[in-house]
Amino acid sequence: MSDLKSTGPQTADAPTPEDALHEAAAYAAREQVHAPGGPADGPVLAADGTPLKRSLNRALRRQKMRALALIAPLLIFVLLTFIAPIADMLFRSVENQIVSETLPETVVALADWDSEAGAPPAEPVFAALYVDLFFAEAQKLHTRLGTRLNYEKTGVSSLFRKTGRRVGRFDTDTYTDQITALDPGWAEPATWVAMMQNNGNRAALPLTARAWDRWTAYLASEGDDPAKEDIEDVLFTTLYLDLVATGGSGAADARIAQAAAAVGGFETVTLSEQFAAADKDWLDPEVWGTIKAFAPNYTAGYFLNSVDMQKTPHGIEARPENQQIYMMLFKRTIFMSIMITLSCILLGYPVAWILANLPTRTANLLMILVLLPFWTSLLVRTSAWKVMLQQQGVINDTLVWLGIVADDSRLVMINNQFGTIVAMTHILLPFMILPLYSVMQTIQPTYLRAAKSLGATNWTAFWRVYFPQSVPGIGAGSILVFILSIGYYITPEIVGGTTGTFISNRIAYHISSSLNWGLAAALGSILLAVVMLLYWVYDKIVGIDNVKLG
Amino acid sequence: MKTKFIAALAASTALLAPMAMAEEMANDMTLVSWGGAYQKSQVNAYSAPYMEMHPDVKVVWDESSNEAVAKLRAMNEAGNVTWDLVDVVAADAIRLCDEGLAMEIDPDKDLAAAPDGTSAADDFGDLLVSDCFIPQIVYSTTFGYRTDLVGDTPPDDICDVFDLEAYPGKRALEKRPINNMEWALLCDGVAKDEVYDVLATPEGQEKALAKLGTIKDNVIWWSAGADTPQLLADGEVVMGSTYNGRLFSVIEEQKQPVAMLWDAQVFDLDGWIIPAGLPADRLARVKDFLMFATDTQRLADQAKYISYGPARASSAPLVGQHADLGIEMAPHMPTDPNNAKNTFLYNYEFWADYRDDIDAKFQAWLAK
Repeated sequence: MSDLKSTGPQTADAPTPEDALHEAAAYAAREQVHAPGGPADGPVLAADGTPLKRSLNRALRRQKMRALALIAPLLIFVLLTFIAPIADMLFRSVENQIVSETLPETVVALADWDSEAGAPPAEPVFAALYVDLFFAEAQKLHTRLGTRLNYEKTGVSSLFRKTGRRVGRFDTDTYTDQITALDPGWAEPATWVAMMQNNGNRAALPLTARAWDRWTAYLASEGDDPAKEDIEDVLFTTLYLDLVATGGSGAADARIAQAAAAVGGFETVTLSEQFAAADKDWLDPEVWGTIKAFAPNYTAGYFLNSVDMQKTPHGIEARPENQQIYMMLFKRTIFMSIMITLSCILLGYPVAWILANLPTRTANLLMILVLLPFWTSLLVRTSAWKVMLQQQGVINDTLVWLGIVADDSRLVMINNQFGTIVAMTHILLPFMILPLYSVMQTIQPTYLRAAKSLGATNWTAFWRVYFPQSVPGIGAGSILVFILSIGYYITPEIVGGTTGTFISNRIAYHISSSLNWGLAAALGSILLAVVMLLYWVYDKIVGIDNVKLG
Repeated sequence: MKTKFIAALAASTALLAPMAMAEEMANDMTLVSWGGAYQKSQVNAYSAPYMEMHPDVKVVWDESSNEAVAKLRAMNEAGNVTWDLVDVVAADAIRLCDEGLAMEIDPDKDLAAAPDGTSAADDFGDLLVSDCFIPQIVYSTTFGYRTDLVGDTPPDDICDVFDLEAYPGKRALEKRPINNMEWALLCDGVAKDEVYDVLATPEGQEKALAKLGTIKDNVIWWSAGADTPQLLADGEVVMGSTYNGRLFSVIEEQKQPVAMLWDAQVFDLDGWIIPAGLPADRLARVKDFLMFATDTQRLADQAKYISYGPARASSAPLVGQHADLGIEMAPHMPTDPNNAKNTFLYNYEFWADYRDDIDAKFQAWLAK
C-alpha cells in the first residue's frame, strides 16, 4: 500500500489492481491540483497509449469475472436453495389471488357495490356468485376460499362449505325446464357446442360464453367431453340472464331469437333468496364487504394483522384490544433476546478469560466441558432444565431441604420468562464463549504486564488495556446469540409457559396449526426486517468491522 | 398362420394388459402416525399382520402426524407427495379435505363391511365426519388427578377443576381454547346444549375467559400430550387434562397414584386420510391396506394395546384384554357406559369457524 488514502479496508497485504486504481485516481487528482487546467495534462496513460484508468479497469473487470465464475456454483446453489425459497415464502405475505381466481364474476360485479350502504348487493351480484360458486364447488375450491376468508371474518368457512353443498340444488332448474320446453334441442350438449363456436352468439350471450368456457375447461380437466355431458342448470341460468339483458340481438341461431322472445313471460328465480335459504349470512353486508375488501390480487391485510391492525370493509382499523398480541410479542422477543445476550456476556466472559489464560492442556480439557452441552440434543437440554427448575424439581427440593424456602412456597422458576432466559442462556452460551475465547487468545499478556509495570492497578489494567481489545469478541458473540435467540421457538415453547414465549412461537403456530401461511410470512418478514435494522444500527454505533471471530 | 398367431397374441395381450395394470400395486408404503404407544398399537394391530399376508410389502412409518397438515400442503405445492396414508385427528382431516389435500373416499366401496353384513357407512355411522376421513378410534380429552393430593373426597365433577378451595394446587390445561372454553362455560352455569350458542358470542367468549381467569395463576399450560402425565407423575399438578390413553398408561402401566375424572370428557376422533394425487399403483396398495386395516377385527385388535375405543360399532363387543397387562380393556374405554355418563363431542363445524377468532383472543388473554 502506498501512503495514499484508500477508500476501503484492504484485506490482503499484497498490492491488487484495486490499489493501483486508487493510486491512479489519487495521482490524477494530485496532477490536477499541481497544474490546474493545463491542456497538456491529460490523464495518465499506460504503455499502449490508453488511459491508465481504463486499462486498469479492464484488468480489474477480467479478474472480477474470473472470481465470479469461481464462486458461481456456490452462488447459484445458495440462490436456488436458500434465497429463492425464502423469498417465495415471504412473498406469500402479500399474495391474495385466491379470491379473484375463485370468484372472478363476483369480484367484477361487486366493484360497483357500496360496502358502506349497509345493504347486501343486488341480484346480479348473487347471479355472479352463483356461477362462480358452481364452478368452485365442482373443483372443490370453495372450501379453500372459505378457509382463507375465515381468517378475516369468522363464520365464512362454514358459510362456503354449507352453500357449496346446496349450490347444485338451487331452484334454477326452473329456467332449464322453461327453456327446454321451448325447444328440446336446448337439452342436447351438441347444440351448445355448436352454438358456442359462433362469435355472433358469444357476443350476444357474454355471461353464458364465459360460463361455457369455464365449463369446458373443467370438463377437459376431468377428461370428459363437453359434447357428451348434460348441460347444467347454471348454464341455462346464464342463458336466461343474458337473454333478458341483451335480448339476444346479434345472435346467429334462430333458437336464441326464439328463446329471447319468450323469456319475458318466464317464471323467475330470485338467486339472493336461494342463497339466503342456504345460509342467511349471505344477506349480511359484512360478509360481502370482506369479499370486496380482499378482492385485489395483493393485500396488505396480513401485514396489518401482524401489527395488530385489520383490514375491514370500512377501512383499516386497530384490532379489538382483546385480540392484540403481536406487537407485545415482538417487544417481548427483542427484550428477552437482549436479556439473554447480556447474561451470556456476563457468564461467558469470565469463562473465556480463564480458558484463554490457562495452559493449553487444561484449557483444552475445559473447552470440552464448554462444547459437551453443545453436542447434546436441544430437547434433552431443555427438558433437563424442566427437571431442575420445576416446583418439585431438583433446585426447589434442595432449597426446601436446606430450609431456605418453605415447602408450601416453592419458587416458580419455570413456565415463565425466568425459565426461558435461564434455559436459553445455557443453550446459547457456547456461541458467546467461542468467539470471546478466540479473540482473547490473540491478546498479548505482555500488554497487561506492561500496564501494571507502569503503575496501573489490576482493575485499570483490565479495563483500560485488556477489555477494549476483547470488545470485537463481545460484538461477534452478541450478534450470534442475539440473532439466534430472536428466532428460537422450541425452548420457549417448552419452558416459556405463557409469559416466556416468543413471536416465533406464533409463527410456528400459523405455519403448522392454523395454516395461515400468509400471516406467518408477514410476521417472518417483519422479524427479518427488525433483525436487519438492528444489524444496521449496530454497524452505525459499533461498526461491523469491529467484529472478530478470531 | 403366422400372422394369425401374432394377431391372436396381440389380442390376448391387449385383453390382459388392463387387467395387469389394475392388479399392479406398489410394494412400498409410507404410513404417517403419532409415534409412541399409539403408533405401536397400529403396528401390532394393522401393519404387522398385513405384512405377514404380504411379505414383499415394505412399510415405512413416519412420526409426523403432529405437523401433517402443514407438511402435506408443502408436499402438495412441491408436487411430490411421499406419504401414502396419514393418521390425523378429525379436525385436521376436515381441513385437509377442505383444502383439497386429502382424497374423498366412498365408505361402502373402499371399506370392508361388518361381519354381519352391515355396510361400512352404517357401521361407522355418524363418525364419518368428513368425506375424506376414515375413523379408527374414539379418544377423549379428560382429566386425571393425583389420588394422594386431593384429600378424602376425590373430584368427580368437571367443576372441581375450577374449585381452588376444595382442591388447591396447580392444574394442567392445554394451551388452546378448544375444550377449555367449553368446560369453563359449563362450570359458569351455562346449560350443556347451549354451550356453543353462548361461545359464538363475544360476551360468551369473555365469560369463558373470565371463568378460566379464576384459576389462571394456578394453571400450567401444556402443548404436548406427554406433558400432563409427566406433571402428574412429578406431583407438579393436582389434576390435568390430557388424552385418556396417556392417563391409562400412567395409571395401569406406570402404577402412579393417579385416577381418572371422566366427567365432561370430550370425545374426538382419530383416523386415516389418503393424500390427494397419489399415482395409481400406490393408491391401489393403500386402498388394499386400508380395506384390511379398518375392518372390524383389526379395529378391535388395536384396543388390546391402547385404551382407545374402536370407531366401528361392530368392533366394540370384540374388545378383549390388554396384550401385556392382561386386564379387561372395556372399562378403560372412554365409550364405556360407566365413563360416558356426561360427554361432549368435539364440535367440528363450530371450531372450523371460530378457531382463528377465539384462538387470537385466547392467546392475547394468556399473554396478559
